[in-house]
Amino acid sequence: MLPRVAPYAATAVALVLVPLVVTDYFLTAIAIKTLWLGIAAASLIFLAAYGGMVSLAQTALYGVSAYTVADLVAHHGWSPWPAIVAGIVVTVAAGLGFGLVASRSSGIYFLMISFSYAVIVFYFFLQVPEFGGHEGINDVAVPSLFGDTFAHRERLYYAALVAAAAVYVLIRYVVRTPFGVALQGVRDDTVRMRAVGYHVGLHRMLAFGFAAFVASIAGVFALVYEGRISPGSIDLTRTIDVLTIAVIGGLYRLEGAWIGAVIFVAAENYTRGYTARFETWIGALFLIIVLLSPGGVAGIVGSLARRVFPRAAKDPSAVERA
Amino acid sequence: MTVAAAARRQQLVRALRWALAVGAAAGAVAWIAYKAHGDMPTFVLVTLNGLTLAGLLFVVASGFTLVFGVMRVVNMAHGSFYLLGGYVAFDVMDSTGNFLLSLLAGAGAVAVVGLVVQQLLLRWNQGEELRQALITIALAIILADQMLAHFGATPELLSIPTWLDRGVAIHVYALQYPLFRLSVLGLAVALGILLWLWIAKTRLGMTIRAGVDDRQMVSALGINIQLVFAVAFLVGAALAGLGGGIGVAYSGIAPGEDAKFLLNSLVVVIVGGMGSLGGAATGALLLGLVTSYSQIYLPTNWTNYSILFTFVLMVVVLALRPFGVFGRPA
Repeated sequence: MLPRVAPYAATAVALVLVPLVVTDYFLTAIAIKTLWLGIAAASLIFLAAYGGMVSLAQTALYGVSAYTVADLVAHHGWSPWPAIVAGIVVTVAAGLGFGLVASRSSGIYFLMISFSYAVIVFYFFLQVPEFGGHEGINDVAVPSLFGDTFAHRERLYYAALVAAAAVYVLIRYVVRTPFGVALQGVRDDTVRMRAVGYHVGLHRMLAFGFAAFVASIAGVFALVYEGRISPGSIDLTRTIDVLTIAVIGGLYRLEGAWIGAVIFVAAENYTRGYTARFETWIGALFLIIVLLSPGGVAGIVGSLARRVFPRAAKDPSAVERA
Repeated sequence: MTVAAAARRQQLVRALRWALAVGAAAGAVAWIAYKAHGDMPTFVLVTLNGLTLAGLLFVVASGFTLVFGVMRVVNMAHGSFYLLGGYVAFDVMDSTGNFLLSLLAGAGAVAVVGLVVQQLLLRWNQGEELRQALITIALAIILADQMLAHFGATPELLSIPTWLDRGVAIHVYALQYPLFRLSVLGLAVALGILLWLWIAKTRLGMTIRAGVDDRQMVSALGINIQLVFAVAFLVGAALAGLGGGIGVAYSGIAPGEDAKFLLNSLVVVIVGGMGSLGGAATGALLLGLVTSYSQIYLPTNWTNYSILFTFVLMVVVLALRPFGVFGRPA
């Protein structure tokens, strides 16, 4: 039992200690951002790995949540907590609606349809004056729990850490429930699952709704972190950033969401000073990973580990996916 | 659940889908008729705007659907090809002043880029649809950033050459309509006919159709399928580049237009059916008209929501035909 739990416990302790050892800049610019971007990427990895649906709509969905909260707080005088609940509810509803429309397609068709959602949501928030056009919604009051996000940045870090851990555990739990197992059946053999009597479309729609719930949490943290939301936060580049994070981390491993996020955020922070063409380098990195290793960085590490320790335990995801 | 109950439920769901779609279509027609009946000249102009926009959409989306139909490649860099074609055309027009030459240059430059991409990146991943889509997404990021570096962020609008920049009488309500826009529509129709002749009547087109249905059998017969793929991708990219050249004079281009035209191409083929020329034409017509009508005939305080009607169009079509109007399951 101990060897199985040990890595998780060590990771948990290390993550709890992060605010004590790193600089304030690192905590804000890298650690917190990694946690919430990782949550967004986790919603995509959940859909891709367990539902066979590579979704490009996750950024748009976190935009729906962030915009809903920001609009209710800044324009309608709601206090932050009810607004956050409303934001999550609206996002899940939008996710279920999108899922309903796309539930009869999968694979490459799903990718295309979800991309269309992403661009339509972007133009929606850009064009409707209620949401502030290019400027977006600024100076959104944050819940008092977080205090001043600059003075008490460790509070936001721990809140994001708890949320990320909860999302991780929740997804690991959901994929083991009868629903999660049936979803993996739908991913592997739609025809057989339908013949056995499962409602394929319903499973896809609910999976998309659940992923929207996860994405909505990322959206709330994005809003608290930035203090504002604008169309620039959910445009094509941001959409592809989340996909890049998921691919760097390995599209089929849940841990990969945060591994990809930390690599992406660190690269973004420390290369911006050296190159004006950051997007080109990220695109090139993305291209190389897609060409060479479908398992992403987590997959590269895994295959190296297998080469070094050939008798080590089998790939855990292989067991889950079998 | 018994089999009979399941069958009844399926029938009910199907009836509901039809009711939704027919209701939405009837509602839209009734609303436009109600708004338009007092002002027919405006209606004619708005319809012509929709048709000419459909022409531009068809030029771009036909390339997308051709590539998908032949190779099963979803080219997520198609919008970037459009934008690149537009920038090249703009630069050539700037230095030579020859509009037709600029269109050809835009199409030609993008065709070369497309061929290089296909040979270097896509050729050895044939059959891995998702990986190819991700490769073209990576390409879209790189191209967008490089175009921003080379062509800047300011929107570019080409002034239409004088020989095209005039109104023609269309003999309805004594209306005039810009010759340039009518030419775009004419060009789209001509391209559509040429593409159809190519696919339906020539030997290469026959090979392409055979390749769509059964790739392995075609290569087993000794036909060089790689050549067919290369030609298809080259033509598909050239059509995006040509669309960009038209687009820079039609509505202008700027960073971000790549995403917009990728969306347009996707919606056209999702609605019309992937891989079908007739589908691309149908999808382009529907999207062009929906865009044009929703900009004019929505109640004033709804105009900002016009983008949602693109979504409604997708919802209605996908409710009835999950693979688009002319689509078939892959």
